[in-house]
Amino acid sequence: MSEADAGTTWAASSGVAGGTSTAVEPRRDEALPVLAITLNVNGRERRLEVDTRTSLLDTLREHLRLSGTKKGCDHGQCGACTVLVNGRRIYSCLTLAVMHEDDEIVTIEGMGEPGDLHPVQAAFVECDGFQCGYCTPGQICSAVGMLAEMDAGWPSHATADVSSPPIALSDEEIRERMSGNICRCAAYPNIVAAIRVVSEGRPG
Amino acid sequence: MRSFTYERATDARGAVAAVSRPGAKFISGGTNLLDLMKLEVERPSHLVDISRLPLTDIEELPDGGLRIGAQATNSDTAADARVRTHYPVLTQALVAGASGQLRNKASVGGNLLQRTRCPYFYDTAAGCNKRDPGSGCSAIGGFNRIHAILGVSDACIATHPSDMAVAMTVLEAQVELLDADGSARRVAVTDFHRLPGDTPHIETVLRPGEMITGVVLPPPPPGRQIYRKVRDRASYEFALVSVAVIVATDRGTISSARAAFGGVAHKPWRSVEAEAALTGHPAAMATYRAAAEAAMRDAVGRGHNDFKIELARRTLCRTLAQAAQATEAG
Repeated sequence: MSEADAGTTWAASSGVAGGTSTAVEPRRDEALPVLAITLNVNGRERRLEVDTRTSLLDTLREHLRLSGTKKGCDHGQCGACTVLVNGRRIYSCLTLAVMHEDDEIVTIEGMGEPGDLHPVQAAFVECDGFQCGYCTPGQICSAVGMLAEMDAGWPSHATADVSSPPIALSDEEIRERMSGNICRCAAYPNIVAAIRVVSEGRPG
Repeated sequence: MRSFTYERATDARGAVAAVSRPGAKFISGGTNLLDLMKLEVERPSHLVDISRLPLTDIEELPDGGLRIGAQATNSDTAADARVRTHYPVLTQALVAGASGQLRNKASVGGNLLQRTRCPYFYDTAAGCNKRDPGSGCSAIGGFNRIHAILGVSDACIATHPSDMAVAMTVLEAQVELLDADGSARRVAVTDFHRLPGDTPHIETVLRPGEMITGVVLPPPPPGRQIYRKVRDRASYEFALVSVAVIVATDRGTISSARAAFGGVAHKPWRSVEAEAALTGHPAAMATYRAAAEAAMRDAVGRGHNDFKIELARRTLCRTLAQAAQATEAG
């Protein structure tokens, strides 16, 4: 890897577009570790080179231009960056892109599109499950992952007896299971309603 | 974040060999390590990714116990039917911790090795003997509402944040370790974490380069298991105080009892004093109060966290009452 390559990749992975970064330039005497990786995002194989430090979140937003996934706190405290990896919801801010080769990553862009919404997206629209919308992609990805966890029979902190399935998806269960997604507009009642609508419309 | 090189380990022996180079660290789920790396509290120059090692199985042992692979996620461990049925206190503790997204990423081994959430440890402008040995403790005399009341030292009053480890403490779990030379050993979870003393930066008995490969649960003891967590908000929050108990009663008398606290010390705090005050005594509130007094006899508050002493007493009493009642009913 040449120094020029290293510099270019560093700028691309700094998470700041258009050269407006005030960050210190990397020292020219050290080659920054860059790895070539292949990610499977929304069913498409994407080959790219990333600085090892690049979070999955920054990779999605800044390298692949999938800006539906939002950066809120960048410390795993707000849930705005939630995506599905191999069907499970995780925070994309607290994981490295280089750790996800061959994983199946689904972002909000892969959930549905206008005219063909995912049932959870449709329910958020129907129930008005948002105000400003910033947390919504994370809320929807989280809800999809959470409903899969319900289908798998996973217990939660709201489950009275973790030893005896099955578990009904009460509003208390929805609130507990969605606690990893913060909504600063406090649209929580309608988020719960949207998830209830989806779960009631499903078999079993 | 400081720059680092990265490699993915494909087998356990290769992992411990790879981490032997200076500045190297293991990364598993990464949910705590990457957070700390962003703040430059952690500054590894090389990461050895062990998240894909074949250490995810949860398997039954011939003696009736259970072995949980170190790379099993917190979610999979909590949802495992054998854990839920025979070790419900472990499932209760796991689902009381973090959020669904974090539990899907966090591993059992990483949970044990997570660092304190003391805000001064996170603040690189503050003195902290754990982050920067010899720089002092900003929590002593600072805002210390969330800090430890038992086993503290003049160097550090940080708490260990794990819920899972508190449950594992009353289950008398063993931590399985693999050393760089390929040798394996087991350490009781109660001996795995250290008290701060004057070296709070040394948090466990892990040797340099040693890796957690699994956690072994002995056959479940008799009695009702309960984990109760008290915190500032109802979910997605660390414990102010938590309690794990396993209590068996026989015609109104406590025949066996185990009790441990979370959120009160530098490690999961097993209270042998409380257990001694319970065993052989009537399953009644007077007994629970005596146990709570015994458990907190040596507790020391630093001002803002004084309330934790009484909170720990009451949480223990209520949890014991609930456990004993259920045992009698069942």
